[in-house]
Amino acid sequence: MGRIVLDKVKKSFGEVTVIPPLDLEINDGEFVVFVGPSGCGKSTLLRLIAGLEDVSDGVIQIDGKDATDVPPAKRGLAMVFQSYALYPHMTVRKNIAFPLRMAGLDQAEQNKRVEQAAAVLNLTDYLERRPGQLSGGQRQRVAIGRAIVREPAAFLFDEPLSNLDAALRVGMRLEISELHKRLKTTMIYVTHDQVEAMTMADKIVVLQAGVIEQVGSPLELYSRPRNTFVAGFIGSPKMNLIGGAEAQKHNAQTIGIRPEHIEISTTEGMWKGTVGVSEHLGSDTFFHVQTPISEEPLTVRATGEMSLGYGADVYLTPRPEFLHRFDAQGLRIE
Amino acid sequence: MARAVTTRRKVITTAAAWAVGLLIFFPIYWTILTSFKTEAQAINDPPLFFNFDWTLENYTLVQQRSDYMRFLWNSVIIAGGSTLLGIIVAVPAAWSMAFVPSKRTKDILLWMLSTKMLPAVGVLYPISLLFVQFNLLDTRFGLIIVLMLINLPIIVWMLYTYFKEIPVDILEAARMDGAGLKEEILYVLTPMAVPGIASTILLNFILAWNEAFWTLNLTAANAGPLTAFIASYSSPEGLFFAKLSAASTMAIAPILILGWFSQKQLVRGLTFGAVK
Repeated sequence: MGRIVLDKVKKSFGEVTVIPPLDLEINDGEFVVFVGPSGCGKSTLLRLIAGLEDVSDGVIQIDGKDATDVPPAKRGLAMVFQSYALYPHMTVRKNIAFPLRMAGLDQAEQNKRVEQAAAVLNLTDYLERRPGQLSGGQRQRVAIGRAIVREPAAFLFDEPLSNLDAALRVGMRLEISELHKRLKTTMIYVTHDQVEAMTMADKIVVLQAGVIEQVGSPLELYSRPRNTFVAGFIGSPKMNLIGGAEAQKHNAQTIGIRPEHIEISTTEGMWKGTVGVSEHLGSDTFFHVQTPISEEPLTVRATGEMSLGYGADVYLTPRPEFLHRFDAQGLRIE
Repeated sequence: MARAVTTRRKVITTAAAWAVGLLIFFPIYWTILTSFKTEAQAINDPPLFFNFDWTLENYTLVQQRSDYMRFLWNSVIIAGGSTLLGIIVAVPAAWSMAFVPSKRTKDILLWMLSTKMLPAVGVLYPISLLFVQFNLLDTRFGLIIVLMLINLPIIVWMLYTYFKEIPVDILEAARMDGAGLKEEILYVLTPMAVPGIASTILLNFILAWNEAFWTLNLTAANAGPLTAFIASYSSPEGLFFAKLSAASTMAIAPILILGWFSQKQLVRGLTFGAVK
């Protein structure tokens, strides 16, 4: 079981409030991702849940029990750190067994559980090695192994993949998602990478300056961002946000349209523009088109085969059903 | 940063290093040399370097007149005991300063160090009185306590510097894994800091071994360590130089050998944190 409820949780360091009072509910078995730009308080929030930081005010409940003043060792949560934080002086076996040893399990039971975890994570051949002799991906798996042996109420991941190279990151992302499907344990995952958030989460919590901007499923956030911040943050490449006269035509302060929701044509369309840089990814091509309606070039997604020269004249047409409108406060207008 | 090192530069620096090394070593060399001379040769003018009759007479005499082993044993107990006790007190102190610092931690560290600037003789009287009061005069236990307190600032400082190098993530991981404070320090912090702790132990053992002011002032026949052994051969008239040298050589030999074999550890310990 791993239901976690934050009730008006607040954190300040001295005079500086990092997280103003905040409410959040995480249901048992959910995969929740905290995402936001660096310094938005997502890691602090995770550390508050872990108990590694004391809350300044408010209540944290784990499975219905007040855990606000419970030390981290007693909360029944497991954490995977960005730096892996393995014990360098212990073998992989001892690293994974450490939480079991702390829980006072007997040697036979420890070995049994370590070997099970190692088999799941393909670490069986490495059990007698030290962390220093492992690659980054293997270290990360040891860190995950150390977290799963104890069968915690919830897993906390603090940017676990950001030290890995791009290819490995995609692989580990899948492994963690699979692990979640199999264990069905609550997972809270912190990242600044919105792709990780979109691909892994059941529920995304978008944070900015310690404030929750929006909570929802990846597709909810993608299709109905609550404000311009979420609109710009979720989606890759990011949504084009256009202000001024063009927005007023739609009775809004700002309108937003994603690159994949703009038709591009060389002959006719709503907005005339000139092609700047084009990025060819093979499967897709992204054109950065300068138009009179906004200072920033608009990003447009086209098929991989499409090719346009630098400076070519094009016409852009947004698909009206995917147009987002925001008011003067940046809030979504339905 | 790579810098071209010319042969000439190498020769000059090597020569300079040898010169400094020999200069520092000379008094020890002279002491050892003198211990093999007769009393007359020891005060010969001009000084004799090699052209004298080597003799072991001083060592035999010193051994006959006083029980070297008893002094040696006292030195081992006092230096070892004070160092170990110091480590036991300092590990938790350094832990708290390195990992849960408060606004005043830096001040406390500096204040602790400032006590080392106090001339020892300034507190001789109060400490002697305390020793009389608690019946600690001329006991090994009393000296262990005093030397431990004298060296504690250095032990805490050294451990603090080593602990600062340990990523706090790893300690937090231990907490998440269910380790209490005791387990965290015992199973995670201490094993990781072993090289640093070893250097600290070594350096403080040497400091305590060589400490003379308190050992001479607070001991007599029973608990006197090797410093007292040496002192018993020094006379105000400056006679018996050869015997004094023999006693000194015997007193410093164990620590010299220890230092020789642990050079690497010592150098690493003293430059830890400065060079990455």
